[in-house]
Amino acid sequence: MNPGTETKTVKEILVNVDKCTGCRACEMACSAFHSNPQFSSINPAKARIRVVSNELTDEYVPVFAGNHTKSGCDGRHVYTIDGKTYSECSFCRASCPTRDHFIEPDSGLPLKCDMCESTPPLKQPWCVEVCGEEALTYSEREVPREQPSAAAPGQLELGLEALMRQHGMEAVIARLQEMGKEK
Amino acid sequence: MRYAETGFNLEIDLTTGRIEKVETATDLAEHYLGGQGSAAKLLWERVPPDVDPFSPDNLLIFSTGLLHGTPLPACNRTVVNTFSPQTNLMSHSLFGGFFGPELKYAGYDKIVIRGKAPDLVYLYINNDKVEIRDATHLRGKGCTETGDLLKKELNDQRVQVAAIGLAGENRVYMASIDHNHASAARGVGVIMGDKRLKAIAVRGTRAVNVARPAELFEVSQRIHQKMAGSSGCGDWMAVDEDDSFHHNHFAWGNARTRRPGYWNPELQERWTKWKYDHLDRQTGCYNCPKKCRNVISWPGRPRFGYKCFGKDTYHMAAFQELDFSYDILGVAQEYGVDSYSTPQVIAFALELLEAGILTDKDFPEMPADVRGRFFYLLDKIVRREGIGDILADSVSHAARRIGNGAEAFDHNTTKKFEQLPIKLGKLNPAYFLMIATGEKMSITQIEGSFPQDPLPTEEQRHEFVNKWEAVPDEKFKQYFLNWKKRSDISDEATCDIVDWNEAMHYIDDSLGLCGFVSSFRGQFGGDVPYHMNNIPQTIALATGTEMDKPKLWKNFQRIRTLIRAVNVRRGLRRKDERPPEDHWAVRDEKYEQELLSKYYAFKGWNSEGIPTRQTLEELDLAYVADDLEQRGILDPADGGAR
Repeated sequence: MNPGTETKTVKEILVNVDKCTGCRACEMACSAFHSNPQFSSINPAKARIRVVSNELTDEYVPVFAGNHTKSGCDGRHVYTIDGKTYSECSFCRASCPTRDHFIEPDSGLPLKCDMCESTPPLKQPWCVEVCGEEALTYSEREVPREQPSAAAPGQLELGLEALMRQHGMEAVIARLQEMGKEK
Repeated sequence: MRYAETGFNLEIDLTTGRIEKVETATDLAEHYLGGQGSAAKLLWERVPPDVDPFSPDNLLIFSTGLLHGTPLPACNRTVVNTFSPQTNLMSHSLFGGFFGPELKYAGYDKIVIRGKAPDLVYLYINNDKVEIRDATHLRGKGCTETGDLLKKELNDQRVQVAAIGLAGENRVYMASIDHNHASAARGVGVIMGDKRLKAIAVRGTRAVNVARPAELFEVSQRIHQKMAGSSGCGDWMAVDEDDSFHHNHFAWGNARTRRPGYWNPELQERWTKWKYDHLDRQTGCYNCPKKCRNVISWPGRPRFGYKCFGKDTYHMAAFQELDFSYDILGVAQEYGVDSYSTPQVIAFALELLEAGILTDKDFPEMPADVRGRFFYLLDKIVRREGIGDILADSVSHAARRIGNGAEAFDHNTTKKFEQLPIKLGKLNPAYFLMIATGEKMSITQIEGSFPQDPLPTEEQRHEFVNKWEAVPDEKFKQYFLNWKKRSDISDEATCDIVDWNEAMHYIDDSLGLCGFVSSFRGQFGGDVPYHMNNIPQTIALATGTEMDKPKLWKNFQRIRTLIRAVNVRRGLRRKDERPPEDHWAVRDEKYEQELLSKYYAFKGWNSEGIPTRQTLEELDLAYVADDLEQRGILDPADGGAR
């Protein structure tokens, strides 16, 4: 694959769990920014970032919302890092049916971090802005944008190949012809 | 729509199991703010003065502050009020963390608890779902242990729990209510235990709305940035390893022995190593950029958190070093006892043993070493076993129960409450008034805005006042500029200073603001992010009601005077307003009483410390004057005491 010359901006929130004090200012600011009208209401349950915390085990992990998944998981895995134990949920960014993280409490719709997208753009997302301890930091970096290569199969080819593997070439061609007639 | 407040209280009757969601008056916040202010009004209206603190009719009130849940940083101190069996007066306590804001997100400004459950229960609040649940399986469990067990039982790590330990269950007067690593001291855990309420677990997913969003958020961020970058707020004791101040100047043992010159560099190095070898993390409270709490893992003990002077009280009472406090604090936290008064109670008992007033028979199988003795007595007290049953009633009551001269060893209480172990030389007029007339029981809850000491040179004093934004009035700058010797200050200035110091605490405790960014902290450096000149604006932007400095000051006066009336109705009089006799070596009774009279007059109180009808009416408290007259406490003829 030949990298092209174009680049794209990758925006990242970097998390340092050792620096988190558990204050949850990030949750407050996130929910305020995303309320409508902006800043009119505060509700950490609507924040797209959560500090998973347990003062008994010294666990403080800020997690920001990633993709929605329809399936839950048993969440049974336990990580031991530097002698401290963390549940699988501590690091998972998904909004899922297993827990109430990143589910809008009124509508039940999933929430996802949008890096506080706004016009004009902010210097950095609000959660990072209010984190006095640099447990959250923001980085933007340019990475090469991947160009589709002529030699590589496109998305359509990949999809057709997969269908043919599953149903056989003849069945796929026959069905495509039927669909063509129907149209 | 109600802004900043939810407009609803949760009323819980533990005797009948009745649970009600009650709307509050729309003009309540404008006159009484929230927190302690509106709680005092409930106590005035609903608990007649003859109600014994252990009666089911006593109320236990958990209040959010008016500004909890808004974007304003460091608004997170939950306020607990009730009547105390130790003082028979209004108990006032606070704890940091996350409980208050979570309660507001659940849709309530207060939880008002009355009655008594037949056996241990806990209260579960999840937005509109409120249940009184069996808690007999939590009997004897530690405070943070209870929090952890409830989070697992409710399958929700986001639940915020306030719980009592064994001390509260056994109605120990020094029992605290603990939430995570924060603790409500000063006589509230005993009533929670008396009501058989082991814990409250709260979870809220509702919004708190604010009146003028963009402006409030901007102001909040400005304050947040000032706090984050400033050494003028937060608990500097969390990071300052030089603690010579407390150890060289405060009294050790049962507030008895001063050890000037105790502190030395080798000791500091040894203690610093103990701290950082066992420090897991410094943590903060909800929406606050400061990290005032040191969390320590000590071998073989539960992980605990401490702040401020809390790390010194046990080893100073026992004449030991910091490692002893680290060893016992985790145990004490799980039992749920006040770390200011409890070590004094234990040291008092050991003094009585030494003096022969108590004997070895009172302490069966007690270890010979002092460390072992502290653990032994702590255990006896929280279980109310043997002598522990008497000591559990606090120094003042225990001294009277023991008798035989024990009363003379009760030398560090005011209004029957253990004071900080400070024994100084010459009287400090402002401190005399604060300790005498304060109704928050601990000087740390009364002092705080005006510096403790003058600065030595005129140049330094000018430099200080030139950047002093917190002063409510220019006259305080003049007082400070003209102040050269600690005890040499006019009575007029003293009254004003005490009034300002008090004002900030009454405002903080009604708004839910933390003293480390406001009322307590200005005395050290003067550079606090919250003060009389910007707090009115934050209230106005959050609530949408008009608020300015004179109106907020009047609110302080109204709340402060109402609390005085609450206590006066229960018998508080001039004779009770005495700092410990040995607090200062040199005393002048005539001067002190004259100063006290001047302060009463300044406050609009009569010679017994009772607010006059005129004062009450000026503060829209005519209903209080009517009641005091009806009871014969105020004389309608002259407004004086009968």
